[in-house]
Amino acid sequence: MKTTQILIAGFGGQGILFSGKFLAYKGLTEELQVSWLPSYGPEMRGGTANCNVILSDTPVGSPIITEPDVLIAMNLPSLQKYVNTVVPGGQIYVDSSLIDAKVERDDVEVFYIPATQMAKDEGISTLANMIIIGHLLENHSELSFNGAAEVVDKLVPPKKAALKDLNMKALTLGKEYNK
Amino acid sequence: MAVVFEKPKSLTDAPFHYCPGCPHGIIHRLVAEVMDELGIEGKAIGVAPVGCAVMAYDYFACDMIEAPHGRAPAVATGIKRCRPENVVFTYQGDGDLASIGMAETVHSAARNENITVIFVNNAIYGMTGGQMAPTSLPGQVTQTSPYGRDVNHCGWPIRVSEMLSTLEGPEYIARVAVNNVKNVKNAKKAIKKAFENQINGKGFSLVEVVSACPTNWGMTPKAALEWIESDMLPYYPIGVYKDRSAGEEK
Amino acid sequence: MAERILMKGNEAIAEAAIRAGCRHYFGYPITPQTEIAAYMAKKMPKIGGVFLQAESEIASINMVYGAAAAGMRVMTSSSSPGVSLKAEGLSYIAGSDVPALVVNVQRGGPGLGGIQPSQSDYFQATKGGGHGDYRMIVLAPASVQEMASLTIKGFDLADKYCVTSMILADGTIGQMMEPITFEDTEPKVYDKPWALTGTEGKRKHNVVNSLYLKPDELEKKNFERYEKYAEIEKNEAMWEEYMMDDAEYCVVAFGIASRVAKNAVVAAREEGIKVGLIRPITLWPFPTAAFEAAQDKVKAFISVELNMGQMIEDIRLATGCKKPVSLCNRTGGMIPGPDEVLEAIRNAKKGAL
Repeated sequence: MKTTQILIAGFGGQGILFSGKFLAYKGLTEELQVSWLPSYGPEMRGGTANCNVILSDTPVGSPIITEPDVLIAMNLPSLQKYVNTVVPGGQIYVDSSLIDAKVERDDVEVFYIPATQMAKDEGISTLANMIIIGHLLENHSELSFNGAAEVVDKLVPPKKAALKDLNMKALTLGKEYNK
Repeated sequence: MAVVFEKPKSLTDAPFHYCPGCPHGIIHRLVAEVMDELGIEGKAIGVAPVGCAVMAYDYFACDMIEAPHGRAPAVATGIKRCRPENVVFTYQGDGDLASIGMAETVHSAARNENITVIFVNNAIYGMTGGQMAPTSLPGQVTQTSPYGRDVNHCGWPIRVSEMLSTLEGPEYIARVAVNNVKNVKNAKKAIKKAFENQINGKGFSLVEVVSACPTNWGMTPKAALEWIESDMLPYYPIGVYKDRSAGEEK
Repeated sequence: MAERILMKGNEAIAEAAIRAGCRHYFGYPITPQTEIAAYMAKKMPKIGGVFLQAESEIASINMVYGAAAAGMRVMTSSSSPGVSLKAEGLSYIAGSDVPALVVNVQRGGPGLGGIQPSQSDYFQATKGGGHGDYRMIVLAPASVQEMASLTIKGFDLADKYCVTSMILADGTIGQMMEPITFEDTEPKVYDKPWALTGTEGKRKHNVVNSLYLKPDELEKKNFERYEKYAEIEKNEAMWEEYMMDDAEYCVVAFGIASRVAKNAVVAAREEGIKVGLIRPITLWPFPTAAFEAAQDKVKAFISVELNMGQMIEDIRLATGCKKPVSLCNRTGGMIPGPDEVLEAIRNAKKGAL
């Protein structure tokens, strides 16, 4: 696969790191080279959080993403901060229930998903992140939805088995959105 | 010829470097006699401090380590956690234990670390030449309190045994003195108990030994022993301050 | 082949230590390395080991000193301000010739500094930190896999030479996850006749000590220790070379900086600049041989560091200042982007032409 650099950004508590972990584990199960780098420190406690995930079939150089191929923005400050760093031809996924603004670039592909609202409507309000990930898997040429269930199995601890179904539900909602 | 007196097996042949009249020699001997009597020389690991007793590693015949200033209880913790079957003790002075190493002292006591601590309180820094110690008495003249310890300026001396005995953790805290035969005998009993406690898995046992420093107190050995009685013991009363298992064995 | 698992760098250190036979960990909490302590706290009680949270970094390094003297594989971990507090113990451990492993997951300094990644403890790690004539083996992992493999290597080297091995990592590598594999190998066991085990009445007492009041004895001891250090310098230097075969410019970087630098080297090659990378894996011993080989063929060196320029001094020493060495750096917790390193490479080329 072509090296794919994914930057996920939002508030602490939105599951930013978890959704990054999901992508990293997906890469792992697909025998790819993977790096997952979280922001750490006080910003994890309610401030802005972000997560850098790189998937590649060659060894990953710097794990720090300065020019993402994919930006997932879960709040407005994150979109504003990173919108211009996305490489031309890249993709931006916007949680449109939290972000009113539109992306004013025509050299990137933009997906607006009202993920937070959708999650609320379905009673899975903590899983807006996974709705967007589902949409990403479906819409990015280097990624695929196949094997998502296996990764959820691996990531969700057995004690919280009920969460597996809910995660799959969120991923599927994202996959089917706008179809 | 009948042997009527010999040095304990737990001491080496190295001659002590201590000043004439210094009770460190007595206290070393008490510890060594206790080790002999309990038959633990081969299992014992001692931790020497920084201070006058720094070279205790030359004098005790068991395995020894020399710790950074004040850190003996931490070093002893590391050893004991690795070798719980061994008998681990520290031998520390007042500057080492009650000033720079107070945190290590308090926390090893709070953890009820199963070690034995011999704490020699002679109210002065001996090795560095007679500076004020955390246990120097109010008004006591030292090199760094030349006009007498002014408690308004540098605070009050610390009663370690009383303080530690307020903690839930430690098993046994006692204060003894080595200024006369009776007290020396009692000191040995307390030291023995502190080692027995460790052998029996009971935990942190500290014996504070009120001692003298004739050289830095500027006294004859005899006057120094008298000063223990007249000045030290009123501030640092002899006694058992904590004994969790008191009465158990009787 | 062993299974690939995803792990944080800090966790990889902890797991590797356990696999290396370490059963004693003493530490004190500090960001960004707490995952190591958390991992140990969880695992050690289940495998008959000891995890103990000490009252301070000072106490924890002295617990390490005691455990090392008792002959055990033992470690502590901390981050920059905490390592300053450990400096006293590091000096005693060196002066007593007992083996230990110490991890520094660096953050910005001086003082309380910040909590973001840094490499500003290079001097502290390679030139001292504690007092006196002594050295530590300093290993600089650049990946999660190396966090593990250098931890195992660090224990072996420490035991082999009776020195401290320091893992000098940074917050990024500590916090990031990458796939790693663990080989199923038994830990190496070294004979430790000097260890405090109790005499059992069968031998003369062992004394672990760093006090030598007679200066001639202390001098002799230090000379002996430096003979050992010379052996380490001869045998244990490690480095990686990347695209150095035809390189006219040489980027030098370790740890996370080397990852960024690799991206820049690739980008510069795309521009037609013949540039390569030397990545020291041991910071002490510094891989002087790599620089002796490189200094005749390259026109300039570029040192990429997350500090105000510390390793650059060793590069100049290793090359006898034969070629210019420029600095590309960020500090305080900032990390240069590949574009900044690329610019530094271009500048070096301009300067050398």
